[in-house]
Amino acid sequence: MKKYLFKRIIMSAITLWAIITITFFLMHSIPGNPFRKEGKMPQVVYENLQKKYGLDKPLPEQYIIYLKNLLKGDFGDSMKSKVETVNDMIRRGFPVSAYLGLEALFIALIFGPALGALAALYQNKFPDYISMIIAIIGISVPSFIMGTILIQFVAKNVSWIPIGGWGEFKHTFLPAVALSLMPLAYMARLMRSSMLEILGQDYIKTAKSKGLSKSIVILKHAIRNAVLPIISVLGTLISNLLVGSFVIEKIFGIPGLGKFFVQSINNRDYTLIMGTTIFYAIILIVLLLLVDIAYIFIDPRIRLTKEGR
Amino acid sequence: MDNQINLSKDMFRPVPHEDRNPEKIRRPSIKYWSDVWRRLRQNKLSMVGLTIILLMILMSIIGPLINGYSYFEQDYSKINLHPNAIHWFGTDELGRDQFTRIWFGARYSLIIGILAATIDFIIGILYGGLSGIATRKVDNIMMRIAEVIYSIPYLLIVILLSVVFSSEGSGTSLFVLILAMTLTDWVPMAILVRGQVLQLKESEYSLAAESLGATKPWILRKHIIPNTLGPILVNITLTIPRAIFAEATLSFLGLGLQAPKSSLGSLANDGLAGLAVGNGYQIIIPAIFISLIMFGFNVLGDGLRDALDPRLRK
Repeated sequence: MKKYLFKRIIMSAITLWAIITITFFLMHSIPGNPFRKEGKMPQVVYENLQKKYGLDKPLPEQYIIYLKNLLKGDFGDSMKSKVETVNDMIRRGFPVSAYLGLEALFIALIFGPALGALAALYQNKFPDYISMIIAIIGISVPSFIMGTILIQFVAKNVSWIPIGGWGEFKHTFLPAVALSLMPLAYMARLMRSSMLEILGQDYIKTAKSKGLSKSIVILKHAIRNAVLPIISVLGTLISNLLVGSFVIEKIFGIPGLGKFFVQSINNRDYTLIMGTTIFYAIILIVLLLLVDIAYIFIDPRIRLTKEGR
Repeated sequence: MDNQINLSKDMFRPVPHEDRNPEKIRRPSIKYWSDVWRRLRQNKLSMVGLTIILLMILMSIIGPLINGYSYFEQDYSKINLHPNAIHWFGTDELGRDQFTRIWFGARYSLIIGILAATIDFIIGILYGGLSGIATRKVDNIMMRIAEVIYSIPYLLIVILLSVVFSSEGSGTSLFVLILAMTLTDWVPMAILVRGQVLQLKESEYSLAAESLGATKPWILRKHIIPNTLGPILVNITLTIPRAIFAEATLSFLGLGLQAPKSSLGSLANDGLAGLAVGNGYQIIIPAIFISLIMFGFNVLGDGLRDALDPRLRK
């Protein structure tokens, strides 16, 4: 298992490095110069700006410097904001996004598997249809559409739910619901099929014939095993949440990292785009790694098979 | 004695050789795909999905021609008209007919989805197939590379590429959009194909076929390709909505196709502004069509997966 863990960590590091390198060279391959556009700029100012962002050095050297700074946790200066560095913006935006993301994940984790389990227990009955309708809606309706629909039909009619903004819990309610619907639906579907498969297994029959009560069989034997596939897709779902947040933050006017990211795209603030992309990649890859490690500990079968390798 | 039937020799003829063959299957056999189709047809939801897809494809071809407006024609005397008898889906803030623009947008969304899936399919088959038949060492390296590429967050790279390859405010070209979408998304297909090839290479029936004297191309044609095709088809049906979704999200972030071209996503993005001033139909209608396309492909993919799964065969 140690070997597997080690391999997994090395792979994550390589992936991260690949993303950083791709991002860096892509951003520097953009034709033209970020400062040339700003009207008539005196030659001296232009040269000073070039120097400030290290753009006067050859590209490989810039790359090394950027990598070194990243290792120190320094994402560099923003090209458009005169007062904030990229780090400042991440520090300001990330807690907001993380809060929203966690709330959405929480909603999805509570309702998704529960809906799926219910659907499997009452297969082809009313609860099954209801949860499958929710799942189909969740998968077919993109989150930005969900967000606008919620604003249009919920926020405009329910007085205590605000249309947008940030600061109190009530502000997080609609965006978190809009954001959670896709992972929720995905989990419900996955849970339903894995639960159905497990309910047909022999050990469920054994447990029943031992005389265990129905609730114990379902909770201890069925759900515990059925929930495993959900953990394995958690990483992907979290990455979806993260990306979904760009759009949701735009609709609801939430000052999160996604908003900075979208803003940086629209302003062509190259250092900020690079910084946020890499920051997102770090978060994602670390989360994927954690999910994988957690999975080893939760599912003993994996531990055993991976040990042999 | 009179009753005796007169049996002359010429009333009999020898049984032809073929008819004596007891192994012969006398009924027409249900071919693999007709069986799949038969089972898919029983899945009502999938048939609804298939109908929606076919209708959307049809309308995206003829829809923009139906009511005589073009997607770029602006008429400032009729801006922000709600849906009515002349403009069935209303007009936008530049007085363009929404009905025409919706189907025009659906055309681009579908083109993007289908092209992206096709390219994923080609790259995936080549890479996965090569990896599957290569030596273990090469296979290992190829798969590690694929894994690294795949852990790059999909939408992040799509956004990044659209930023790099589109100049400020001009929108992204169709080519770049599709390039960005296929850059990482071919990997699941490649992994799938490789897995299938490896499995089939070692499967007993291909060994049996080989020992019965079947040639390699014959095994490839008769066993490997039909068996791989099912999961690949499912993967394609699920790749299309993913690409359409990614494009819609991109358009929504202002990185979509250049105006006056439109996709369903960019129409929704344009409609967002109308929401605040009571023109909700400008976003609701494209939203419904995006959702319908996503719904159609997703349920069709699910149904196909079930129909192809031999464990669910009754």
